[in-house]
Amino acid sequence: MHMFFVLSRLAWRYLWRNHRRTIVMLSAIAIGAWAMIFMTALTRGMVDQMIEDGVSVIPGHVLIHDPDYLDDPSVNNRVALNDAELDERFGDAGFVSWASRVRVPAIVTSERESRGVTLLGIDPQAERGFSFVDYDDVDGRFLEGPDDKGVVLGAKLADTLETRVGKRVVLMSQDPDNEIADRGFRVVGLFHAEMDATEESYAFVGKRTAQDMLRIGNSVSEVVFVGDDYRDVEPIYEKVAALVDDSVRVSRWTEVDTYLGTMMGMMDGFMLIWVIVIFLALSFGLVNTLVMAVFERIREIGLMLALGMKPSMILGQILIESMMLLAVGLLIGDVLAWATIKPLEGGIDISIVAEGMEMFGASSTLYPSFNIDDVILANVVVMILGFLASLSPAWRASRYEPVEAITKV
Amino acid sequence: MNIVLRLAWRNLWRHSRRTWLTIGAMVFSNVLLVFMISLQVSMYGLMIDNTLKVFSGHMQVQAPGYKDDQKMRQVVHDVQPLAARLRRELDSETIAARGWAFGLASSAERSYGIGIYGVEPEFEPRVSNIPGLIEQGRYLDDNNASEIVIGTMLARNLRIGIGDELTLLGSGVDGSFAAAVVNVVGIFGSGVKEIDRNIAQMPLGAFQDIFYMDGAGHQVVLLAPDLDQAEFLQASVEAAVSDNGDLVVHGWDVLLPGLKQAIQADMSSAFFMYGILVILVAFSVLNTQLMSVLERTHEFGIVMALGLKPGRLGRLVMLETAMMGFIGMILGALAGALFTTWFTVNGFTYPGMEEMVSNFNLPGRVYPRATLVSMFAGPLVVFLFTLAAAVYPALRLHRLHPVEAMRTN
Repeated sequence: MHMFFVLSRLAWRYLWRNHRRTIVMLSAIAIGAWAMIFMTALTRGMVDQMIEDGVSVIPGHVLIHDPDYLDDPSVNNRVALNDAELDERFGDAGFVSWASRVRVPAIVTSERESRGVTLLGIDPQAERGFSFVDYDDVDGRFLEGPDDKGVVLGAKLADTLETRVGKRVVLMSQDPDNEIADRGFRVVGLFHAEMDATEESYAFVGKRTAQDMLRIGNSVSEVVFVGDDYRDVEPIYEKVAALVDDSVRVSRWTEVDTYLGTMMGMMDGFMLIWVIVIFLALSFGLVNTLVMAVFERIREIGLMLALGMKPSMILGQILIESMMLLAVGLLIGDVLAWATIKPLEGGIDISIVAEGMEMFGASSTLYPSFNIDDVILANVVVMILGFLASLSPAWRASRYEPVEAITKV
Repeated sequence: MNIVLRLAWRNLWRHSRRTWLTIGAMVFSNVLLVFMISLQVSMYGLMIDNTLKVFSGHMQVQAPGYKDDQKMRQVVHDVQPLAARLRRELDSETIAARGWAFGLASSAERSYGIGIYGVEPEFEPRVSNIPGLIEQGRYLDDNNASEIVIGTMLARNLRIGIGDELTLLGSGVDGSFAAAVVNVVGIFGSGVKEIDRNIAQMPLGAFQDIFYMDGAGHQVVLLAPDLDQAEFLQASVEAAVSDNGDLVVHGWDVLLPGLKQAIQADMSSAFFMYGILVILVAFSVLNTQLMSVLERTHEFGIVMALGLKPGRLGRLVMLETAMMGFIGMILGALAGALFTTWFTVNGFTYPGMEEMVSNFNLPGRVYPRATLVSMFAGPLVVFLFTLAAAVYPALRLHRLHPVEAMRTN
């Protein structure tokens, strides 16, 4: 242990012998570390936001469907359990939030226009809090219960249809026998959403009203379960899976929205690649610095070896020198990243490219998130790779023949 | 060879390992830059091409307001004569009239809401990709036949094939009920889910009958020979329709603002990454050149005492850097092109790519191509930054005092 301190002191002093080189290298490491963390924070912030928005539109972290529903979201593919059986099975199982809903493609027609929508027959009380619609931020009112005879549309869709609260629209879909199922609804409310696409895509009606219209008794298209954290849905998944049999398919949200699911799965991979790329760009400079540092003091190294210092000590001393350089550089980079991200956490307005971000499925405000796990990942990866990159120059330095080294000019 | 050139070249290889490491940093960054830029250019091209050739063309003539609302009654009157006139006046065949309506498509078993395009069978193949993507059956050939072509996903969801009947329900231009039975004559596959599931094309004449269009349509689509000529063409189109005050001409970036913005958003994050790579290389060069100047202090002192001006020494250092940078640029560009070419042959993909890029109408595998621009844009910037990085070490020479310099060892 004593030896370690001696070597550390030695390494620290060597580091500052040529302070210009050390400062240049420190700046490079600090900029690299800053870029790793800053970029990661931006991307992480964007993807988190996208997923949260996306999951709230699905909604639900775990869903039950008929096995064919995801491929063919038709009224014919309904969950094999009716409302009464669902209540019996899940009512007392201790789920925080769950709801069953009718979800079929439909057409909404005003006296002026027709558009395709997803018809959602819901029980508004059961979904309060996990639906993307804020019930209190609705022009007019939201649905009051499963028997509500009204429809709630997105504000943007109402615009296109030239309809408004109080006017009537016709919803049209098919019943299980492929007869046209239609019904007139009074528009009772208009909801607002982060993205135009969401406002254009959904029409909410009461669950029992929808079941009547589609002539499907008391059956539903899907059952949704919401847990505490969308990142970790396994506990609910297993709990739900244990309560049902093969007649239905239980899926995680990542399987329902494959775009967001893939996004979340790949986020960490992209981040690691970015960190490694930056490191590789840095590594040339790092190795170069070490090679130079060794070259400058070949005679000293030879002298130390001649005086009886073990080669492993030389190896250790150079490795410590490299680790110190990296650690200080990383520390500066971390602080720099923290100082630049913190003021931006209130959100960066990127609404000039709002419609482009909507293609990505992202909203027009970017909230960078300084995620401590990402910071640790970046630092650890750089230290480990830095250690490996330093091995070769350190090893060469420790293998000098003392006599040759001393006499080297 | 010029003596200065020879001197610079020899100085460069005094520490061959250090020089190669610095060149290595350049080559590494250059390979990444060449590959990434080639990939980006290819992807943006595909994105624009696929989206434009399915949806918007390079520009469209529309009724004012149609772009935002897409209402049935915002029509272009006598759309086919207008398209014919434009074809004649602009001497271009890549101009076609279209109508668009939303409707419910019902087969014997299923009903789905889809977007129905009424197209000119003779001219549509010149402005759109879809006619060329027919996988089964044939494309439309008679302007008045009750026929339709649909996407593969829609065919599967509706459970119909070639020769089957499809019932269309929707509302006509005056808001009245419109219905018709059409024959499926062709099925196209674009590989992009959204297109294959939601779009159908039928002859414009039959479309106008079904939706009571009375000779009107919604858009005249124009395709320029390539993207660069689109702007030029737009001016002539605007002149050609100026006598008809009710019409506007919109370019693709106005019709699909999301596309351009998505590219801009993607480009700005890419430029951030490129910038970081370039800066890290510059630091590597700064470090190397600073070392190479400092270690020659003694030598520089002597030649200055012999009468050499610091300016000439500075130019020598810059020349050394330029040589090193040039090697890095050429090797990097070549290696980058080679690396890219491997993907030109084998295609670039990663697990999950298909889900990630389908929002942008991109396939799950792209074939990037290195062009002269994508090959040298990045490396040239790296080269310039390399030169800039050597300015500080070169200027330091002016502060050198020959006598003091000679004393340092």
